[in-house]
Amino acid sequence: MASEQLEEYLESILDIEEMHGIAKTSAIAKCVKVAPASVTEALQVLSEKGYVKYEPYKGATLTDLGREMACKVKRRHRLLEVFLTDVLHINQEKVHDEACKMEHTLSDETECALCKLLNAPARCPHGSLIGACDRRVEDCSSCLAEAEQPPASGRNGTLIPVTSLKPGQKATIAFIRGDTSVVQRLTDLGLTLKTEIQLVRKAPLLGPVEIAVRKTRLAIDHAIADHIFVSACGEKGG
Amino acid sequence: MSGCGDCDGCDLLHPPAAMKAEYVVALAGNANVGKSATFNQLTGVDQDIGNWPGKTVERAEGILQHRGRRIRVIDLPGIYSINALSTEEQVSREFIAHDRPDVVVNVTDASALERNLFFTLQLIELESPLVIALNQMDLAARKGISIDTKKLSTLLGVPVVQTIAIQGKGILELSDAIVGATLSRPRPRVVRYGKEVEERIARVQALLPADPGGYPPRWTAIKLLEGDTDTVWEIRKRAPDAMAAATESGRELEKIHGEPAATVLSAERYHAAEELVAGVMEIHSPEQNDASLTEQIDRIALHPVMGYLLLALILGGLLAWTFIIGAWISAFLITILSAIAPVEPLITGSISEIVFNGAWTGLVAALTLIIPYVIPFYLILACIEDSGFLTRFSLMLDKGMHRMGLHGKAIIPLVLGFGCTVPACLSCRIIENPKQKLLAAFLVTLVPCSARTIVILGVVAVFVNIWWALALYLLDFILIVVLGRLAFRALPGESVGMIMEMPDYHLPHLSGVIGQTWNRTRSLIGIVLPAYIVGSIAITAAYAAGLLEPINTVLYPITVLLLGLPAVTGVVFVFGIIRKEMTILALAAIFGTTVFSAVLTPVQLIVFALVTLLYAPCISTILALAKEFGWKAALSITALETGLAIALGAVVFHVLGPFL
Repeated sequence: MASEQLEEYLESILDIEEMHGIAKTSAIAKCVKVAPASVTEALQVLSEKGYVKYEPYKGATLTDLGREMACKVKRRHRLLEVFLTDVLHINQEKVHDEACKMEHTLSDETECALCKLLNAPARCPHGSLIGACDRRVEDCSSCLAEAEQPPASGRNGTLIPVTSLKPGQKATIAFIRGDTSVVQRLTDLGLTLKTEIQLVRKAPLLGPVEIAVRKTRLAIDHAIADHIFVSACGEKGG
Repeated sequence: MSGCGDCDGCDLLHPPAAMKAEYVVALAGNANVGKSATFNQLTGVDQDIGNWPGKTVERAEGILQHRGRRIRVIDLPGIYSINALSTEEQVSREFIAHDRPDVVVNVTDASALERNLFFTLQLIELESPLVIALNQMDLAARKGISIDTKKLSTLLGVPVVQTIAIQGKGILELSDAIVGATLSRPRPRVVRYGKEVEERIARVQALLPADPGGYPPRWTAIKLLEGDTDTVWEIRKRAPDAMAAATESGRELEKIHGEPAATVLSAERYHAAEELVAGVMEIHSPEQNDASLTEQIDRIALHPVMGYLLLALILGGLLAWTFIIGAWISAFLITILSAIAPVEPLITGSISEIVFNGAWTGLVAALTLIIPYVIPFYLILACIEDSGFLTRFSLMLDKGMHRMGLHGKAIIPLVLGFGCTVPACLSCRIIENPKQKLLAAFLVTLVPCSARTIVILGVVAVFVNIWWALALYLLDFILIVVLGRLAFRALPGESVGMIMEMPDYHLPHLSGVIGQTWNRTRSLIGIVLPAYIVGSIAITAAYAAGLLEPINTVLYPITVLLLGLPAVTGVVFVFGIIRKEMTILALAAIFGTTVFSAVLTPVQLIVFALVTLLYAPCISTILALAKEFGWKAALSITALETGLAIALGAVVFHVLGPFL
């Protein structure tokens, strides 16, 4: 199977999994626009390669390896969408399909350059979150400042924004993006790097999130919290 | 002496004659650590509450009388750091560095020591004589935390006192420590940070002049490394060498850590705080009380369904109070007071009669406002604030209020606005961000207060029909949302997303709540009472002097040509600036009838009510706005709303006129 197809499948499974928990063959078929029989075939291949866990009649879930791959493509896809919309001013309707084609050919280096060019955007034009990159940096500003740094290989575990934690889940802070004054304010309140935090709850309708840090609780605007990236405790990636 | 919580008794022994305060003490610390409670305990009820000059930040000042000494106590705003990021931080930093208080009392929350010591470390950098109050020891004990006060005192080189301010415990010891510190001036020990940071601080410090702009050299060096704008500005010309060294060192730090230097230093402070805490704090198995109680209440208060129900219940209760109980008490008061002397505006009579009538009407207006609306509202507000519910409401409503460019907290002033606009405007102080504070106050002036509700009900609902009255309400709410969004874009200043602490719940403390209510009521009386009395006298006197006919003539183009109202309404609107429901009274007095449908057409009634609803806020509101935000803002809002009222009134008259 071509790597392009493979990535397309992984992306679809990631999407469906986020909504339904498990990706059924029929749902994947609808998403990738192929016959269910071809999906079953493809899932078997993906399963052999260790990207998904496939149970016939139930559906597929991503393995850690598959998830990492899917997240990476997703990130590229959304970065490209931002690029197409904000820089090239391509029509909103076409942006998704265009990005779909481009995402598979993007190198690490180009991805990194794109991210810098766009000033490390947080969300795609459709409002979905853009995941963190896998470079060994702790803060976007250092990346933006140093223009010539070769792309580094992945770090351990995937970084997720604090808003993606589940209530009660603990994590340590990996980096905070955003403008200096916001980062400073969060740091002053005790959100320094490597500090352990716990997500207490999320307010409904993308309202503020409540987190526990250093024996105190903070309510943080959802848009700001999207920029606080953490590595969740008790989960080992890759 | 122990146990005598409100230790005012001693004051009697030292009469506060025109004696000048000998010493100045500043209270500094995070928000929600019981700083205000400590302040209240130290100073008693005699407080002076106002704003910092030119700032919309509250400043409270009082006198501590202890051991024969008179000490002026300034309560600095609750902040988490001493950068100059917010106005509160700026005010605190300047006061500590430039006004040089004799002692800074750092009030801390013993149950969250790490974050509080982060702030303490910055006070230490400022090298101010320091006394540390470990407050909320009860809360700490319930969390199973015990703190070695002596050791902390030795480590930092300053007195450390344990207190439970809301119960008055430890206040005597704290007062003793303060008095002692005014003499001994305990200079805190320098707390050293990591080697790579210290090396660079030393390098910059060595190049600084002896007195770098009022701030201590070490502080200045640190701030230069952090790239603090004010400090850089100050030092750039005076010590270019130091500046250059700082810029280079700062860059090195950024390279080592991969974060901005300011963040590196904050992390260093937290690291030092962690080490201090590890040395002095012990955690036993917690009694499992307070935290779990907070968790249980939060499960309801922040529940996606029940939370909003609870909120609706409380806001509904406030509205019910306004329209049912408040209105009833207000009517009752008027009945009693009008038995003493008539409260309608007098049209004819001798000068003295008219002046008395004006003064009396003003007094009655003030009383019927303060007793039924202001005091109960302030009490409830203080309870909601003190108990920790306010932060939960903010959290729940944040998203919705964002649409108007506001934070969740703004719901409180907006709801209070249904009672009376003046306390609602003053309560905008609970919002920290200056831009949002002003925006909230602006929108509050558009909320139909009880007086304007009386006009809408008394004029439109009675003489046109209830649907038109409701339509006016609806129009008003739409205006609030639309103008909120527009003003949010138009107003200068950045609007920062919400980052706030969620304190544990606790029972509101009676003396704190009453003190808060009294102070707020007092500052409101200071505005409302003179405004009402002087305003009423002035207008009735103008009436008696025959100045009103000219007013009608001047306003003729607006009232008659634009709005299609009778010319006499010009005077009525002028009366209404004193108090909005005076428009009804004045209308009745001038026409000699209370059946308005006999003298005005339905369209005229609707236009009249609409204009009354929107035009210039009443004089007390204007004064309150001027006090909080300055005359420019107050007059701009007045002009804007008057223009809007006239424009909308004219549109309604000319568009609806032919149909009704």
